[in-house]
Amino acid sequence: MRWPWHRLHEAGIIGMNERNGLYIAGFNPRRLYPLVDDKLRTKELALDAGIAVPPLYHEVSIEHEINGLEQTLQGHESFVVKPAKGAGGDGIVVITGRQGKDFIRASGARMSFDDLAHHISNILSGMFSLGGLPDRAMIEYCVQFDPVFASISYQGVPDIRTLVFRGVPVAAMLRLPTRASDGKANLHQGAVGVGIDLASGRTLQGVMHNAPIDHHPDTLHSVGDFTVPGWDQVLLLAAQCYDLARLGYLGVDIVLDRDKGPLVLELNARPGLAIQLANGRGLRPALEAISALKSIPESAQQRVELALNLFEKPKPPVQAPGELSAAGSEDAP
Amino acid sequence: MKASRVWLLAALLACAGIGLCVYKWKILHIPISPGSHTAVWTVEARASFQGHGKIKAQLELPASTPGYEVLDENFVSRDFGLVIEESAKQRQALWSIRRATGPQTLYYRLSVNPLAPVKARAGEFPGYPSKPDYPELYRTAIEALLSNVRAQSADIGSFTRQLIHKLNTDQSDPTVALLRNESGPGGADWVRQLIHVLAGARIPARIVWGLELRHGALDARLHPWLEVHNEQEWLPFNPITGEQGYPDNFLLWKSGAQPALSVEGGELPDLRFSIRRGLKETLQLARHSDSNLVSFSLLGLPLYVQNVYTILLMVPLGAFLVVILRNLIGVKTFGTFMPVLIAMSFRETQLLWGVTLFTVLVALGLALRFVLEHLKLLLVPRLAAVLIIVILLMLGISIASYRLGFDHGLSVALFPMVILAMTIERMSIVWEEHGAYEAVIQGFGSLVVAIMAYLVMNIGQLQYMVGLFPELLLVVLAATLLMGRYTGYRLTELWRFRSVWMKP
Repeated sequence: MRWPWHRLHEAGIIGMNERNGLYIAGFNPRRLYPLVDDKLRTKELALDAGIAVPPLYHEVSIEHEINGLEQTLQGHESFVVKPAKGAGGDGIVVITGRQGKDFIRASGARMSFDDLAHHISNILSGMFSLGGLPDRAMIEYCVQFDPVFASISYQGVPDIRTLVFRGVPVAAMLRLPTRASDGKANLHQGAVGVGIDLASGRTLQGVMHNAPIDHHPDTLHSVGDFTVPGWDQVLLLAAQCYDLARLGYLGVDIVLDRDKGPLVLELNARPGLAIQLANGRGLRPALEAISALKSIPESAQQRVELALNLFEKPKPPVQAPGELSAAGSEDAP
Repeated sequence: MKASRVWLLAALLACAGIGLCVYKWKILHIPISPGSHTAVWTVEARASFQGHGKIKAQLELPASTPGYEVLDENFVSRDFGLVIEESAKQRQALWSIRRATGPQTLYYRLSVNPLAPVKARAGEFPGYPSKPDYPELYRTAIEALLSNVRAQSADIGSFTRQLIHKLNTDQSDPTVALLRNESGPGGADWVRQLIHVLAGARIPARIVWGLELRHGALDARLHPWLEVHNEQEWLPFNPITGEQGYPDNFLLWKSGAQPALSVEGGELPDLRFSIRRGLKETLQLARHSDSNLVSFSLLGLPLYVQNVYTILLMVPLGAFLVVILRNLIGVKTFGTFMPVLIAMSFRETQLLWGVTLFTVLVALGLALRFVLEHLKLLLVPRLAAVLIIVILLMLGISIASYRLGFDHGLSVALFPMVILAMTIERMSIVWEEHGAYEAVIQGFGSLVVAIMAYLVMNIGQLQYMVGLFPELLLVVLAATLLMGRYTGYRLTELWRFRSVWMKP
């Protein structure tokens, strides 16, 4: 009998405590957090560094500015409203069109300007920000997503989360919005995560609510065997984002826009662990191998090559071989 | 490197904690468990008032304590001069000072050892009281009542018992009801009313004041009781039920109507009592040991502060439990230490009532919070509105439960209301963003953690150990530091990553 935690350990899965204690505490200095926790600052940094991001339409930092917003939004058919310091995708409203005076949300629901104004005022008062601090609202370009994933997305925009450790991409997954996630690409809200083979850019199996799946729950299309167009470019972009904030353990969210190509949506200093399930492999072997390196190449291109070399090696088996019955219980002693 | 430093620090802390504990146990002979030693009650009277210049404060002290043996007493007088005046009937502490302004507090501490309960106590016969001249309205009713009771009783004891019973329960005579309503049951006014009626039968009676000894009481006050003289001795009676004797754990403080504390030259005299049950050994140790370790421990502090610390010293254990439940098990809660604060209020409300009141309060608050959502309020006014609603709900629950006769409902006022308001706000946001399921799971998790924290913090042996050996908290600190370096899986993650290890 092998205990569940032994098998998890052999599969290289890292837990919340290990992520927080070893990687976030060890590689993400706290003073750098504000750079990525405030999406407006991240956007400025990215623009300065020449990294492609969705264009910013407006920034609302005081309640009074909401009044004039109806006028200024006239020119935009679609846009996204986000809290600058939001966490976990909370507080994001995607407007895809208009009907009369009302707006149409990604879910198809109508939203009056008053509803939108109240939402922005909630954002300003800090309802969605970490610790309830006063926040700013940003209104930006609504990504016209590349139709390549249309058959496996339900509304909203699919994005690619890449985990970048010390500047080296170590794992990636495609995050597909579902009906349950209300068009958002956040896994804990019910989006589907699909692992991506780092070397080839091909999708592997999917995971939803921590359970493995092969088909998208709404479109019923198989999620495997897609190839991310311009995968080399996506990897390079993810590796370049390390230079913006120098956070060692970083999640980079990239969307594929039909016209503008890959765009960096946001950076995350506390990326989640579901990426391991989507890829069917734990992060520990890669993290430990990169931790052991004395120096990391300065250029992003070299770091991508380092990653590809790392993953060209035969992959470690996903789970421990050996005798095991299908007996599994949720609680281990 | 870092890991080894944490281990070293934890080992040092644990050694220091355990070493001190063993030293106190083996060398100073502080018993490691409460055992079966006789309990010793320590009562601390706290006399406070506002001073303006010349002050004379007079505190009546217990002269005789039937059912208790006085072991020790002492005074904290600060700059005041202290004289003890003793006469056959009473003892008084007289504090005086030439000049004092602002709030003043004086302490008197008394340790007593319980003996067999007493039913009566000796006292000089005060003589028969003269028959009062009752007002026209009551005269006939009282006289009828007295002759009625006289016919149904054999001696002064049974007369008194019968009279109190009638006065408290008789519904047939509206005058008796009037008498009852005039003073309300149980209080000092009611006892005076009884004395007044008893004087009609020329029975000498008096009001006496005592303390109900309850461990951990912080703001106790003196309780009135009735005593009747049967020409040989004073017989105590319950002014409500007419039962003879003092209540359980009742320490008689004084007799007579005048207040126990009077202040000349000061304002707002207030007398409160803190009560604690201890052990004879620890007490004697605290008194006789020359060791600085003991005199610089909890036992050296005023009783009032000691009682506060017995609660506070359990908080680290609750916090450690939260660490285990969150980092080792992976339970989700609202707010990190919110469950510990809720658990502290469960101490006062009792567990079942605490859980019920908490659930009702959060459910009602949440329902009203959803109504507020439609008003589209700004964040801070909305939070303030939730806070106001929570306080009104607490008041409503208190009143409703008091009317229905559930005294426990009154203790809802002990809940930390700001924490409750924040819990309701966060729960409603989780509800909206992540659905009812997630909100209920987290709310339930918080409640379970609070219950477990309460159960742990209420273990008598732990309270005793931490109270007498606070250095054991260093061991808890060491364990917490080690938990801070734990990077293994949480129990819930085994379920989360089940697809990895369950695969054949």
